[in-house]
Amino acid sequence: MTRDAIEFYRERFGITPADVDRLLGVALARGGDFADLYFEYTSTGSVQFEEQIVKTATRSVRQGVGVRVVVAERTGFAYTDSIDVGSIERAARTASSIARSGGSTEPVSVTVSGPPRDLYPVELSATDVDIAVKIEMLQNADAAARVYDRRIREVQAGVTDVFKIVMIATSEGVLTGDVQPMVRFGIHCIADDDGNRQVGRSGGGGRCGLDHFVGGDSPEAYAADAARQAIGQIEAVEAPSGTMEVVLGNGWPGILLHEAVGHGLEADFNRKGTSAFSGLIGSRVASDLCTVVDDGTIPGRRGSLNVDDEGHATSSTVLIEKGILRGYINDRLNAGLLGVARTGNGRRESYQSIPYPRMTNTFMLAGEDDPAEILRGVKRGLYAVQFGGGQVDITNGKFVFSASEAYLIEDGKVTAPVRGATLIGNGPDALTRVTAVGSDLALDPGIGICSKNGQGIPVGVGMPTIRISEMTVGGTKG
Amino acid sequence: MTIDTQLAGDIVARCLKRGATAVEVIAREETEFSVSVRLGEIDTLTEADSSALGLRVLVDGRQASVSTSDYRGPSIDALIDEALTLARATSVDESADLPEASAMATEFPDLELYDPAIAALSADARIDMALRAEAAARDEDPRITNFDRGGLGTTVGRTVFANSLGFAGSYDSTMISISAIPVATDGDQMQRDSWYDRRRTLAELETPESIGQRAARRTLRRLGARKAESCEVPIVFEPMIARDLLGTIFSACSGESIFRKASLFADHLGERVGAAGLNVIDDGRIRRGIGSRPFDGEGLPTRRTVVIRDGVLESFLLNTYTGRKLGMRSTGNATRGLVGQASVGTGNLFVEPGVQGPDAILRSVKRGFLVTELMGFGVNIVNGDYSRGAAGLWIEDGEIAYPVEEVTIAGNLKDMLAGIEMVGSDLEFRGRLAAPTLRIAKMAVSGR
Repeated sequence: MTRDAIEFYRERFGITPADVDRLLGVALARGGDFADLYFEYTSTGSVQFEEQIVKTATRSVRQGVGVRVVVAERTGFAYTDSIDVGSIERAARTASSIARSGGSTEPVSVTVSGPPRDLYPVELSATDVDIAVKIEMLQNADAAARVYDRRIREVQAGVTDVFKIVMIATSEGVLTGDVQPMVRFGIHCIADDDGNRQVGRSGGGGRCGLDHFVGGDSPEAYAADAARQAIGQIEAVEAPSGTMEVVLGNGWPGILLHEAVGHGLEADFNRKGTSAFSGLIGSRVASDLCTVVDDGTIPGRRGSLNVDDEGHATSSTVLIEKGILRGYINDRLNAGLLGVARTGNGRRESYQSIPYPRMTNTFMLAGEDDPAEILRGVKRGLYAVQFGGGQVDITNGKFVFSASEAYLIEDGKVTAPVRGATLIGNGPDALTRVTAVGSDLALDPGIGICSKNGQGIPVGVGMPTIRISEMTVGGTKG
Repeated sequence: MTIDTQLAGDIVARCLKRGATAVEVIAREETEFSVSVRLGEIDTLTEADSSALGLRVLVDGRQASVSTSDYRGPSIDALIDEALTLARATSVDESADLPEASAMATEFPDLELYDPAIAALSADARIDMALRAEAAARDEDPRITNFDRGGLGTTVGRTVFANSLGFAGSYDSTMISISAIPVATDGDQMQRDSWYDRRRTLAELETPESIGQRAARRTLRRLGARKAESCEVPIVFEPMIARDLLGTIFSACSGESIFRKASLFADHLGERVGAAGLNVIDDGRIRRGIGSRPFDGEGLPTRRTVVIRDGVLESFLLNTYTGRKLGMRSTGNATRGLVGQASVGTGNLFVEPGVQGPDAILRSVKRGFLVTELMGFGVNIVNGDYSRGAAGLWIEDGEIAYPVEEVTIAGNLKDMLAGIEMVGSDLEFRGRLAAPTLRIAKMAVSGR
């Protein structure tokens, strides 16, 4: 894929490795420690189905080059949406203005290097599949949701495909590229029981082709899941309020890890000393049942990448090992300033944005407990299995995530469904209260978007069923 | 600037020639500058020009849309053909047609959206303003020990829109913003908070020093925060938080959620949805307003719409599509990105100010919670369920008692809106949405 990407930019835009060398030279003409060029061509398509018709179809093409010049902790950045040498040269000059010390730095001539593997060898990209196939998926999903229960009224479903070709060149002599496919199916439905309206959502995808959507990942299965959630909420009771024992289901509830610890372990915040986790490496931040990793190398996953957006191979990084904080996720700038090895987590939304340390697929390793036993051990508590979004204040460590499907646990049994409620906790100590970790590790179905500094990127999360002895549940029933 | 109504009109003509029965073209051009600073130094400096174009085509009632930044060369014809192919694969949707020709905007008032002083600012002047705000935050108090991020951003842009009804219009606009997020430390507790301003004109922008100082004060008052006990108490939303609630009100009155019956306001037009004295107004034509523009995303004139009058839901906010779905007329609230159908957006949406100052509202609370931060996405506009993470200041006997964190506030939107007992006089626009201090009768606080 590396050579395919480099060839793409040569054929389509006439950009050669010699051009790249010269442009990096322009970027460092006023000095600086490092410069890179990020070439991007992204084609995004979508089909939307609603009111039982194909409402609209779209295709958008985004292309351009971002030029970055780094001087110690400072970054100069410019981009152009014209992929031609003249425009890139202008951007390189603009970016170079960050280096005011004078002198010039000689970049290392680039050599093509590829990532060690291809994590997403897709034979037929969803982008190249005829729209009729996608429409049939949407029709099948719509029918499955309506068949699930006749109280399902509104169904909206969509398929989005992304085909991205990147080429990354650095003043350290790296020239690499990647072809990054992505597909996402989503469905949203509303149940109406005599004016009592409730919502259900489901979906999935990854760096894969449309052949991913079979069995438990079929449009019909997602549709039934969304319908089941909406119907289940019709009977929901008020959520409890206050501090209580909480059991989180496996899979998507791993968003807990993303918010409670993941963001706080991004190296930029720790270098600046603004994270609640700053200076805690080697300290206990979770119970010894918890081992948490960030792994960008899982084949076909939404959060996976062959190389990060700085051209460095992604890896699997142990963040927390048996409760002890082991490391941060970093990018080139922060690894250099902190004097640690790069983890391949430098990511950016597009050529228009600066890379930062970001998560890939963040999950907790499986434990030994039987999930059913974990629930049986709870006298009174909350069992939360589906969540909407979450958020964290990395400085004071407080994080929230909002349960969209949850049940009361009474005397070890799962009983009434409850209405949506936000759970809140404190990152550095929330996981110290984990008292059981199930054997049922699951990754999410492939729907996550992470937002930081105004940039949204695809990520994955995962978790086995876990029990937390104490967490604050934001319901209305005291 | 290289895009203009001539270019957009040419592309409309090319689409018609290649087989479209109706067309909309939108083009945007922008010069972006941003500098982020930290501890007296530049952290990142970004400068770029960009432009892109989006097309929506209809072929006998079927629609599709495409966008690209590469529209100057011959590839535009291939893109038009792709749009037409996509459109033919979709279903006929009568509501998706262009607005009535007679409804298009014909006058383009000067809303003072462009300030040449912003475009003329030198890079050094911009960097200096960012550094002054950052320094002011750190100089405010020795407990401000660090700085998360902050800086200055400007955009200078042009929007062009044309359609196959013969409409063509454009407007230039500027925007400047300064923000600061300092970090305060006390013992082993660390807190951050923020302040910012965002304006169309340089003259109206709050000074960098004032922004830095207010950011610092907001951060300092959080030191020593603790959990509150679970209880039900009156809740005061400071303006930034009241604004968040106004955003929820917008989602609930947007035609997008109304026609899908995905809103607690669906079927309640003309009925009471909030407390008496609650007035919510959308005005797309306030001079120098961040949400102002002479025409909307479909070329219809923007206007003033009373959404809620004295607690009664008087109008939804609609574009042409959602209006047709509901048998109503657009309120000039179409907004659009480069691809997709126009959606519904606000002009300048605000809660009309009341007479009491924020201090008087605070003094009226015997025991309650002044919310200064909300976290998370626990708002369901279909059934009204509301549960959010919160931080703020505890109120005892009308005075601030201590800072609070790691709690949630919960209730139902219907009760919250019906329970707005006091509306402050402190309305200030720093964006498209603005609301003054609000006092809500009671909500459930979950904590210890």
